[in-house]
Amino acid sequence: MNDQPHERREPDGLTRRRLVAGTAAAIGLAMLRRSAFPQTGPAPPPSRPLGGTATVLGARAPQEKLQRIVFGTMHGMSLTPLQDLHGIITPSDLHYERHHAGVPAIDPHEYKLLIHGMVDRPTVFDLEALKRFPAVSRFHFLECSGNGSSGYTDVRPDQSPQVVDGLTSTSEWTGVSLSTLLREVGVHPRATWFLAEGGDAALMARSIPIAKAWDDAMIAYGQNGEALRPEQGYPARLLLPGWEGNTNVKWIRRLEFADRPFMTRDETSKYTDPLPNGTARMFSFVMDAKSIITSPAYPAAVTGHGWWDVTGLAWSGRGRISRVDVSTDGGTRWSPAVLEQPVLPKCHTRFTFPWKWDGAEALLMSRATDETGYVQPTLAELRRVRGLGTNYHFNNMRAWRVRRDGSVLFGLEG
Amino acid sequence: MTRGAICKSVLVAVAAITPMHVRQHGMSSRAPVHYGLGRPATAADIQAWDVTVMPDGRGLPSGSGTPAQGAAIFAQRCARCHGPTGVEGPFDRLVGREPRQGFPFGRDTSLVRTIGNYWPYSTTVYDYIDRAMPYDAPGSLTPNEIYSLVAFLLWKNEIIADTATMDARTLPRVRMPARDRFVVDNRRGGPEVR
Ligand code: HEC
Repeated sequence: MNDQPHERREPDGLTRRRLVAGTAAAIGLAMLRRSAFPQTGPAPPPSRPLGGTATVLGARAPQEKLQRIVFGTMHGMSLTPLQDLHGIITPSDLHYERHHAGVPAIDPHEYKLLIHGMVDRPTVFDLEALKRFPAVSRFHFLECSGNGSSGYTDVRPDQSPQVVDGLTSTSEWTGVSLSTLLREVGVHPRATWFLAEGGDAALMARSIPIAKAWDDAMIAYGQNGEALRPEQGYPARLLLPGWEGNTNVKWIRRLEFADRPFMTRDETSKYTDPLPNGTARMFSFVMDAKSIITSPAYPAAVTGHGWWDVTGLAWSGRGRISRVDVSTDGGTRWSPAVLEQPVLPKCHTRFTFPWKWDGAEALLMSRATDETGYVQPTLAELRRVRGLGTNYHFNNMRAWRVRRDGSVLFGLEG
Repeated sequence: MTRGAICKSVLVAVAAITPMHVRQHGMSSRAPVHYGLGRPATAADIQAWDVTVMPDGRGLPSGSGTPAQGAAIFAQRCARCHGPTGVEGPFDRLVGREPRQGFPFGRDTSLVRTIGNYWPYSTTVYDYIDRAMPYDAPGSLTPNEIYSLVAFLLWKNEIIADTATMDARTLPRVRMPARDRFVVDNRRGGPEVR
């Protein structure tokens, strides 16, 4: 017997229900009067195709063409498509990449982390040992400290959020707190810094103040519920919440404790900030508060008058975002945006702002404030304190110019 | 106090935030201080991986090299990417003292940062070449070759004489032109943009 709850057309145009009714009549239940169904009328619609079967691994809908944009051959870099994402989590295969000597292929069974220097018990941990410690999971953004240079020095109108600021992503990171490992190896009380060294071809290394290790640093092996992606440091990386991406050393293989910094190339020649007063700032670890509207934004257009949801991301390396204000007139008048939950420390925060477009030219801007009271500066303000020769920490406000035809261009504020 | 000395004392202050307040941090009552996981690192484990070179010379291996020896190795192993004299590229420019006065990198975007005008520590040149160069074959140079390349690059940047020999004793004593230019981060959050 037919167990379909809905009508289902058979190839000859009879419905199943009719057949059911006929059968029912044949066994004496003639009161199911569906036999009165019309034989003529409009052509029957085709049947709905059966859906795909279960699979061992999911994939995006084929219409969703999400892609990172890759830059450079010698200096590997790829950017997250911020304008295509919802919420705050970056799908792991779209997390931005930045590496100085390529992505190494590390066998997780061969993986080792050596901790030595000013410690009581120099120790080698394999991956299994790291996973036997109590695991912690935290949502945090990462951002390359060079992110946003094209919104500071090379400001062209034909840039998408991905091109302007795609060197930032957010994940849930799982691993062991570095403070747990510090207790495990018995760090010497006079140790003040440690060297974090990666297992990439260049053995990329940075000096980190020990206070960060006791605070919220972790050795992460998990990203969004699974193992780290190779581009993010598989099988384990250092995670320093809120600090410039480069210090979050991937493929971490060695931590050496000492009573002074090591002065590696990536904390002297690079990742330092020359200032207008003739000095250069070093160890500028924290990423200051920043925000960007990701929609509407180039290359997408505002296709009609009426209500639009202005939305974007805000984040601060110093803690939580406390507010985001949005201006539609280039920064003359500001109104608070809605902060979507969750609002987590050192994590992307989604903001939304309903906006009714009347067809006039508009200049959309967002301005983040963090829980320390720091307010995202204007481009002019940041250029005044940092100068034009700087290469990192471009957290000035971003602006999008909506033109009368609805097209949107990346624009200078004001 | 020189700027370098200020820089150093601030570095110590920044780093030495006491770990004591974290003794209880995140520890459940069942958590031991010491889990006994991992295995003790042997001297061989450490020697195999410890490539660290510090500004005071700790970690520098034995061996030595001169600018003349370095010139030959540079032509063979480095010039392809950094140019015959370390200036031409296509990749990072390694040689250049301009401007000889001041440190106007924050204002003048036409200046290229090099070992000669921007690197604060001579030991970093050894450490970085040892770790990362040549870019497509890192780890393939001997200590004598690295000392020679360091000597060549310091000589081309007019920091040491062509007769100088670089080794574990002489290299840390080379004072770099940009040594006192660096200051510690003074951003602290709060309303002021720095
Ligand atoms: C295949 C090309 C290539 C070769 C060969 C090569 N390099 Fe490099 N070098 C690079 C690239 C690319 C960078 C920048 C890497 C980065 O930023 O992560 C670089 C950076 C450097 C730097 C740092 C520059 C700075 O200001 O920060 C030094 C020093 C250096 N190379 C020295 C050498 C020496 C010495 C050799 C020869 C033994 C060499 N390189 C061979 C490509 C090369």
